Amino acid sequence: MKILVPVKRVIDANIRVRVKADNTGVETANVKMAMNPFCEIAVEEALRLKEAGHAEEVIIVSAGPEKAAETIRTGLAMGADRGVHVQTDDRLEPLTIAKIIKAVSDKEGCDLVVLGKQSIDDDNNQTGQMLAALMERPLGSYISKIEKNDNGFAITREIDAGLEDLQISSPAVVTADLRLNEPRYASLPNIMKAKKKPIDAMSPADLGVEVSNRLTVVKVDEPPAREAGVMVSGAEELVDKLKNDAKVI
Amino acid sequence: MSVLVIAEHDNSQVSPGTLNTVTAASKIGGDVHILVAGSACADVASQCAKIAGVSKVLCADDDSYKNEITENVAALVKTQVGDYGHVMAPASTFGKALIPYVAAQCDVQAISDISDIVSDDTFVRPIYAGNALETVQSADAVKMMTVRTTAFELADAESGSAEVTNIDQAGATDWVQFVAQNLSQSERPELTSARIVVSGGRGMQNGENFAMLEKLADNLGGAVGASRAAVDAGFVPNDYQVGQTGKVVAPDVYLAIGISGAIQHLAGMKDSKVIVAINNDEEAPIFQVSDYGWNEDLFTAVPALQAELEK
Ligand SMILES: Cc1cc2nc3c(=O)[nH]c(=O)nc-3n(C[C@H](O)[C@H](O)[C@H](O)COP(=O)(O)OP(=O)(O)OC[C@H]3O[C@@H](n4cnc5c(N)ncnc54)[C@H](O)[C@@H]3O)c2cc1C
Repeated sequence: MKILVPVKRVIDANIRVRVKADNTGVETANVKMAMNPFCEIAVEEALRLKEAGHAEEVIIVSAGPEKAAETIRTGLAMGADRGVHVQTDDRLEPLTIAKIIKAVSDKEGCDLVVLGKQSIDDDNNQTGQMLAALMERPLGSYISKIEKNDNGFAITREIDAGLEDLQISSPAVVTADLRLNEPRYASLPNIMKAKKKPIDAMSPADLGVEVSNRLTVVKVDEPPAREAGVMVSGAEELVDKLKNDAKVI
Repeated sequence: MSVLVIAEHDNSQVSPGTLNTVTAASKIGGDVHILVAGSACADVASQCAKIAGVSKVLCADDDSYKNEITENVAALVKTQVGDYGHVMAPASTFGKALIPYVAAQCDVQAISDISDIVSDDTFVRPIYAGNALETVQSADAVKMMTVRTTAFELADAESGSAEVTNIDQAGATDWVQFVAQNLSQSERPELTSARIVVSGGRGMQNGENFAMLEKLADNLGGAVGASRAAVDAGFVPNDYQVGQTGKVVAPDVYLAIGISGAIQHLAGMKDSKVIVAINNDEEAPIFQVSDYGWNEDLFTAVPALQAELEK
């Protein structure tokens, strides 16, 4: 089995994001970037499937500007075999990204695509679902467990009401939730080794995908700020305030 | 142009999130129709018919819709999209899986988690864990979106009188087999629509200590939630998680107990009307967003609060 893991370069989860003064987006200049945390979980799971003997190769793909190659390198340093970089400076919407990933998966003949359930920048939570629909392959969304078996994959999904177990056939598309695993850190020797692993570069056009955005970003605003209130020093005071000031209990 | 709302339900009860979604749909203008895909779901269809503002209920009652398998519901929605200008579902795990799937099948770019409607093609949505609000305008002929349910009022569930039309099943996938569901059983109100939420974090130290919060929640008629750290540590099940990548809540009162207030947690609760924080670290960021902060050890504060409420 060949596994494809799409990854995204995003602002590091620990950075406090600021809206640009001209309201066109958020400040990204000189801001620390990292692999989207859900993509790290996806890479980790693909590596575990490979280490368990279920896969021969783990390929990392990222669509984006030149710097996206760094994020691919991060995946290679974790242990993936090689990378595919679909280079473009255009803004990419999930539908286009799904088309790009489909084209790469078709070209490489991948049996399983493991994605993060959402990226922490746009918070879209769409690409995996779109990919499954375009590829006409079963979707396992928000998984916290995956096991290869004779009929494909046994998965557990995190849903609003609890957990759900499904059996899906192979080939498939799955999206990782937080509890799927704890991603490894890349060791120094593996970081060195990753520098020599191949990354294939191509454009969306090379894959026959046209970048056509459907959404126009009209503006990006700061959300209304919440003011800190008062400190209380005991239960009686708190209950009194909730009952008589806020009138909520 | 009409709006099609996809109902979320458990085959006996329509979810409150569906009522919020109907309110969002009504803001677009035009008729609002609801699609119910379920199994032995006639009750759900009649509940939907009574929602204010709904003029038509489409009901597909078939075994293949029993467990809301994305592929099956998507196939049905696709047959119904037709002339609708908008297709909407609540931004629950059901809607978040379904809408992008259908959108891709229809070559539409979906819009996630809308929190405001500017016009019939322009919507506001939180990005970066709610640190920014993005306004987007869609050029697609059909707009498909999920709705942040806490941003819209519940539609009245009793005053409508829509007709129910039964529609055919649209084919079922054999790729996906339902195996089992392991659902959290609780008599408490559902987390995303509860009026009061009592949430615990890593400071709770273990699952047993959550009994204190359950007692508090029961006293207040509320639900129990948690931070990611508390879920990751196994104190409580995954469906308790509030935040950027968990559930979004906006109750009248949110009590954050032993929760530091990481931005990813705030993303799921900062629209609560009143926020109360109990934390023994006076520097905890949660105090910056709370209306009432109590700098105290929670193992002292929670029993004291319980005693005060029982007075
Ligand atoms: C991709 C990603 C997604 C995430 N999604 C979410 C999400 O959806 N929801 C979420 O919650 N988090 C999420 N997080 C995690 C988030 O960044 C924080 O790590 C998490 O919210 C911390 O949980 P906590 O506040 O319970 O724990 P901590 O940050 O460890 O805080 C514990 C708090 O308890 C207090 N405390 C300890 N003992 C006591 C005591 N005896 N009495 C009173 N107070 C006490 C401490 O002072 C501290 O403030 C996400 C992170 C990432 C990277």
